[in-house]
Amino acid sequence: MSTFLIAEHKDGQLKRVSLELLGECIRQGTTPTCILMGSGNLEGAAQELGKYGASQVVLLENAQLASFSNEAMANALHAYLSKQSPSGILMGASWLGKELLPRLAAKFQVGIASDCTEFKLGTPVTVRRPVFAGKCSKQVAFTGAPAVFSVRPNVLPVGEAKGSSPKIEKVAAEVGSPKAKLTEVLASGQKKVDLTEADIIISGGRSLKSGDNFKILFDCASVVGGAVGASRAAVDAGYAPHDMQVGQTGKTVSPKLYVACGISGAIQHLAGMRTSKVIVAINKDPEAPIFQKADYGLVGDLFEMVPLLTEELKKLKAHS
Amino acid sequence: MNILVLVKQVPDTETKIKITSDKKSIEKSDIKWVINPYDEFAIEQALKTKETLKTGTVTVVSVGPDRTVDALRTAIAMGADNACHVKADQELDTYLVSKALVEVIKKENAQLVFSGKQGIDDDQAATFGYVAELLGWPSASMVIKCDVSTDKIAVHREVEGGTRFAIEMPLPAVVAVDKGINTPRYASLPGIMKAKKKEIKTYSLADLGLGSEAPKTSVSDFALPPERQAGKKLSGDAATQVKELVKLLREEAKVI
Repeated sequence: MSTFLIAEHKDGQLKRVSLELLGECIRQGTTPTCILMGSGNLEGAAQELGKYGASQVVLLENAQLASFSNEAMANALHAYLSKQSPSGILMGASWLGKELLPRLAAKFQVGIASDCTEFKLGTPVTVRRPVFAGKCSKQVAFTGAPAVFSVRPNVLPVGEAKGSSPKIEKVAAEVGSPKAKLTEVLASGQKKVDLTEADIIISGGRSLKSGDNFKILFDCASVVGGAVGASRAAVDAGYAPHDMQVGQTGKTVSPKLYVACGISGAIQHLAGMRTSKVIVAINKDPEAPIFQKADYGLVGDLFEMVPLLTEELKKLKAHS
Repeated sequence: MNILVLVKQVPDTETKIKITSDKKSIEKSDIKWVINPYDEFAIEQALKTKETLKTGTVTVVSVGPDRTVDALRTAIAMGADNACHVKADQELDTYLVSKALVEVIKKENAQLVFSGKQGIDDDQAATFGYVAELLGWPSASMVIKCDVSTDKIAVHREVEGGTRFAIEMPLPAVVAVDKGINTPRYASLPGIMKAKKKEIKTYSLADLGLGSEAPKTSVSDFALPPERQAGKKLSGDAATQVKELVKLLREEAKVI
């Protein structure tokens, strides 16, 4: 059994999902070898992995891994991993994980499971993954090795920080000859919190009536470091870009707190947020289906209630 | 240019999912089957690309049982020139589907492959990347802008947190598109007439040299998530309800 965790970082800053997966592997009695890819700024992330229990961290280094290239990354991973006879290869189901692992699985010509919510290391490796945006889930068993799978962020708890310095091995990565070139990184005006990684999401529906009105949601979310989502109706009406859409043709999210403002609760939307720990609904219509799924329901005008909520949260933050 | 579009037929998003008694699948008897919504954007982008280049053909390909032909005919009615059906009655995993699609891509001598960023049924978002790697082609996913010239393609790829990557790829290449890239056209009446008569190429897995291939994953134990129960409805005026909510979120739910 040799399990490899591809740990994700952004500019050297470790993504929390990597610690979540590390914690779960260790709970199952397997300490995975962690892999970090990049160019020169990986020591901090490696130490962080050690603190959470990793005993061995491999740094795959090459200047071409400093920025995104699905080909270079898959080439580098395959060149290294094919010498290690891995039984399992896992990574967080971030946009990068979802993009990278199918290529890696194809190189090994093995099965792939994306966006799993549970996994069990062993022979065979089995995973559970939601399908139909969470309307149901299924178990997937891998025949043959390695089992290649990505795991959804925010589902598993981070383990205990009681480890020490890991053994760090630096490997010159073989990146091959990638054909696609990243020519520019374009950042939109405001820096937004990633929806799929957010602990708190404030979401708006068509009742927001305009894109400008989403400001009240952004104001509220910013107090608690949350992200802003939108229903398909709001996206289709042009009030919010598609990358904010939560639901079956948008993102599936599992925050600690999901506040649905003026969202009636169509089956496609519920599918995308039903695994949230706590759901709050704010809606004028007391009969809205969302209230059937909400832990706390507030009947009233969101234009009145959301700013009040923002103020209450500000007061709370000021006292804590 | 031969443009190929990978199309999947999926249950309509309105579908209430039920599970078969052996838990090995979903109940399929009462389902309205449609083209995967993301694949509609892929078909539209292929048609647009052909119109911009003023040359080429658009071929749609799908793997699945006989009903899959309906999805292919819908794509022809939208404007696709040709269609290929890989007939498979059993459900195939990403490995086998990708292998089959690669064989069709080679047979059709495609230079550009479009697909949706994921199927809304299985949510794997893996096939296009798997296919690209098997072919040794570059690929981009979550593409929301796409300009094709005769030998290369420039795309914008959505990344989390409001960032976009501009990526340039030489052809041949695989492009998986996201919602927002275009507005898919409706089938035209002449298109519908044409689609009815159009001959669709059909392959079995054996025809593609994959007759003895086995899937690399097996699925079981389909399960519905626990139903969420309706919780507390708060009362009072707006300010009272909001104050109560914050108290409950802090003291009862402990999420803030």
